Amino acid sequence: MIETERAGRSFKVRGAVVHAVRDLSFRIEPGEFVGCLGPNGAGKSTTIKMLCGILTPTSGRVRVAGLDPSRARTALARRIGVVFGQRTTLWWDLPLRDSFELVRLLYKVDRKLFAARLDELTEALDLGGFTRTPVRQLSLGQRMRGDLAAALLHDPEVLVLDEPTIGLDVVSKAGIRSFLLRVNAERGTTVLLTTHDLGDVERLCRRVLLIDHGRLAFDGSVGDLMATAPGTATIEEVVTRLYTRGRAAPPPVEPV
Amino acid sequence: MVRTYALLAWTWTRAAMAYRASFALMVVLGVFVTATDVAVILVLFSHTTALAGFTRDEVLFLYGSAGLPFALCDLLVSNVDRVSQHIRAGTLDTMLVRPVSTWIQLAADRFAPTRAGRVLQAAAVLGYALAVLDLDARRLWMLPVMLATGTVIFAAIWTLGGAAQFLLTDAPEVVNSFTYGGGQLTQYPLSVYGRDLVRGVTYVLPLAFVNWQPALYVLDRDDPFGTPGFVRFLGPVAAGVLALLAGLAWRQGIRHYRSTGS
Repeated sequence: MIETERAGRSFKVRGAVVHAVRDLSFRIEPGEFVGCLGPNGAGKSTTIKMLCGILTPTSGRVRVAGLDPSRARTALARRIGVVFGQRTTLWWDLPLRDSFELVRLLYKVDRKLFAARLDELTEALDLGGFTRTPVRQLSLGQRMRGDLAAALLHDPEVLVLDEPTIGLDVVSKAGIRSFLLRVNAERGTTVLLTTHDLGDVERLCRRVLLIDHGRLAFDGSVGDLMATAPGTATIEEVVTRLYTRGRAAPPPVEPV
Repeated sequence: MVRTYALLAWTWTRAAMAYRASFALMVVLGVFVTATDVAVILVLFSHTTALAGFTRDEVLFLYGSAGLPFALCDLLVSNVDRVSQHIRAGTLDTMLVRPVSTWIQLAADRFAPTRAGRVLQAAAVLGYALAVLDLDARRLWMLPVMLATGTVIFAAIWTLGGAAQFLLTDAPEVVNSFTYGGGQLTQYPLSVYGRDLVRGVTYVLPLAFVNWQPALYVLDRDDPFGTPGFVRFLGPVAAGVLALLAGLAWRQGIRHYRSTGS
């Protein structure tokens, strides 16, 4: 469903070439639920943006749902759903349901299918209480649920999420997580998410891609990930070990 | 495409109505600013009877025939020059993942219906000039051609300006000097300007084809700069070439988009 072959993206910054991502090769099959980890600036967002067609790779090849994202960007848009945790795709000054109606028209979703889908999503994400509220007045948790619904109204084959749980409280996080599991299980939607929240990885992802310095540093199941460290290590410790490999370890934090 | 544009424009109009006072203020301000434009021309001609050899009504014809396409583009297309704002805010990313042309989304972005006042004003001035000028009816076929040509040229200049911002994120002010500057420039007979400037806007940035060259035909005038007569009919060609360049530049811009850090 998602395939990259030695994909790379470099930027020229004041004359120097910076490789944000290089030689990235992986394959994600239909129905998989994959988490993408990596320290800040490792190239996760660049990777996601290449998969959505926002950024054109400077080397290698990317395929999503059989399409080249940067060349067939608008065709691909109909088949994938994208959620950015840090910014909304909803219309700020309009009620949530107006944004949904716009999505229906922009994605040319059949009216009947749309109504059924919206009912389903309203129930699953518990949107009922605030569909008439302008988006700017929603709490972050509500807005994120709205964004998720908007990204799924056209029933995409692939759902790509960039830090979907950022800034959310434990209850909101739990709600989003169980919803994502449900979408993946019931509709077979392929899910790829980036996160810094290891709880997301433990509870959601069957497979982990770890990107560091723009390269793929680990690709395997959560079990394999845990096996890279001695038996008793927590997932935090395992990931810290991987992030700091070849670097000075961060100073230990003294409990207060 | 037209449907998508109308849909987005209507959405933004409703969003603008969320701030009613600001909306009302913009309408009043818009009418005031455009009214002063015409006032300037009228005041000018209260002191003289001709401007670079053109009468008041001929100048109003030039004003209206450039103002109408300019105002139309200002209303419908000008928001494509907000590219750099969207790049910095990261909102271009969200446009790029929708199944609709990014150009259309940008053009319709924050659609400001208040700018329609300017279109009406330019149309009224042009209508007045047509009514009072005794024009040769056999030459009037050029009028729709020049309005279409002008619209395409202004839209292309705005698009080029937007495309440039993919490379130079701080370019909007430079862009304005070509778009709004071009709009101002074409309001007067080009013969009031220096020869080199007129050459520039004839052969490099084809602003002379918005109204000047075709208007010389409609008004049955000789070119004060002695430009060959056939040039008057080259407007559609110039507009086509410019539109093609703008389209290519826009595609390149999108391909070289660098997005933000997160």
